[in-house]
Amino acid sequence: MENNRSFYNEILTDHNLHPMHKHALADANMQLEGVNPSCGDDIILNLKVEDGKIVDGSFTGDGCAISQASADIMLDLIIGREVEEAEKLKESFLHMIKGEATDEEMELLEEAGALADISHMPARVKCAVLGWHTLENMLEGKTEA
Amino acid sequence: MKRDYRQDFPLLRENPIVYLDSAATAQRPDVVIEAEMEFYKKYNANPLRGLYSLGIEATDRYEEARECVANFIHAASAKEIIFTRNATESLNLVAYSYGLSHLREGDEIVVSILEHHSNQLPWRMVAEKTGAVVKYLECDRQGHISDVDLQAAFSEKTKLVAVTQVSNVLGIKTPIDKIVALAKKSGAVVVLDAAQSTPHMEVDVQKLDVDFLAFSGHKLMAPMGIGVLYGRKELLSEMPPFLTGGEMIQTVTRDKVVYAELPHKFEAGTVNGAGAWALAAAIRYLQEVGYEHIQKQELLLTTQLMEGLTKLPYVQIQGSPDPKEHCGIVSFTIDGVHPHDVSSILDADGIAVRAGHHCAQPLMQQIDVMSTTRASMYFYNTEEDIEKLLTSVQTIRRRMGYGE
Repeated sequence: MENNRSFYNEILTDHNLHPMHKHALADANMQLEGVNPSCGDDIILNLKVEDGKIVDGSFTGDGCAISQASADIMLDLIIGREVEEAEKLKESFLHMIKGEATDEEMELLEEAGALADISHMPARVKCAVLGWHTLENMLEGKTEA
Repeated sequence: MKRDYRQDFPLLRENPIVYLDSAATAQRPDVVIEAEMEFYKKYNANPLRGLYSLGIEATDRYEEARECVANFIHAASAKEIIFTRNATESLNLVAYSYGLSHLREGDEIVVSILEHHSNQLPWRMVAEKTGAVVKYLECDRQGHISDVDLQAAFSEKTKLVAVTQVSNVLGIKTPIDKIVALAKKSGAVVVLDAAQSTPHMEVDVQKLDVDFLAFSGHKLMAPMGIGVLYGRKELLSEMPPFLTGGEMIQTVTRDKVVYAELPHKFEAGTVNGAGAWALAAAIRYLQEVGYEHIQKQELLLTTQLMEGLTKLPYVQIQGSPDPKEHCGIVSFTIDGVHPHDVSSILDADGIAVRAGHHCAQPLMQQIDVMSTTRASMYFYNTEEDIEKLLTSVQTIRRRMGYGE
């Protein structure tokens, strides 16, 4: 029986149950909602971006553990980084989800590497990438995720 | 001796899976898979066209299947049986053909809030195009439709009622006798979605006195891609065709088309002959197992599952607390764990259940849950299946990081 401990690992369950970045952000200057219609996952991503740098960020919303933990881990990674670096992380994350990330990319992704096994769960990929896709759309200036 | 029905199903025989998603689609027994093959091996020609012996054989098998379906649901005539792809197509046929040609601005369409999107969206389309109004027939949080709900939904303007016989989320039956009586009073036609009922209970269109009835073959063990629409002959006769094309005409000249007689008027293009033949095999198999046994086994397993889940304080069962009101469907939620995570964890333990909104979002809003996990049983499921599910469910919160 219980053979998926490796997927719902401690990093993932911890970010789901105790997210650091799940709160409102009063001085955000960018905000975008991302929805995953098949699951009903729904997040609102808030960023405060100054001079090309992500100074602060948060998210609110509801959804499965994978979508919520992935958004929280993403914010851990991108807060304090240049927008360009965040974009590179996003690319690396998407590579990882496809099972195509290099060792160097895996290193950059730090805790987000805990989601690597999602590449074997095609039904749940959309949950894992929701935060990252919302970030991508936001940085590209789209109004809808 | 108790018969092990799992042995009739190759997938269940050859796979250790605990399959608890029969409300989405049933498994198929050997006899159905063999019938599909038999059609192509022994009778393959284009039904209704070929004038040679093989073509007639193909037509005969197809029409025998229609007779079998007519007997199955107690239709007065096989001409009242239209083969479609699935219940969704059957319901759309009624909406496009009957709905658009009969409903007018200000008419009211009663649609129950329990409906699957497939018996909801076609009527919203009809309302949008004709100016008719959709009025929802409400239910309480357990899915019960009260007399007050019924009175509130119907009026003298009601022209059509679209309702399911069994909810695909809660497993509850609708009060179809009362609904039909009220519809008759308003002079409205009744469209019954029997997709979730035909696999589990005797359905008699004449006793039910409904005007249209739709079901899918695949939920009662037939192949995917064959479905049925029953319609009262006098209604079907005067309805315009839904799709036009091959073998649904009598004559076509440059200026004029005379459509074929029923039922072929509604079966444009090459039909699913093998699917119909295999559907007949599924119906014969189902009748051999018998509804009595099916219901007995489903009640046994539903009771076992609900009793087990009730012992877990963090599990909430949706719908009625009475296992008799579930038709083998048990939807539940686990506090603090999203149904998609529940489903992924159960999957890792070899258990297949459905998770999500079950194509019934307005109902989910009504019962105030975003989504649920749904275990749905059939007669081939066993007490061991339910035991495995309960064992696995008890580990989920711990595996998601909650203390015991």
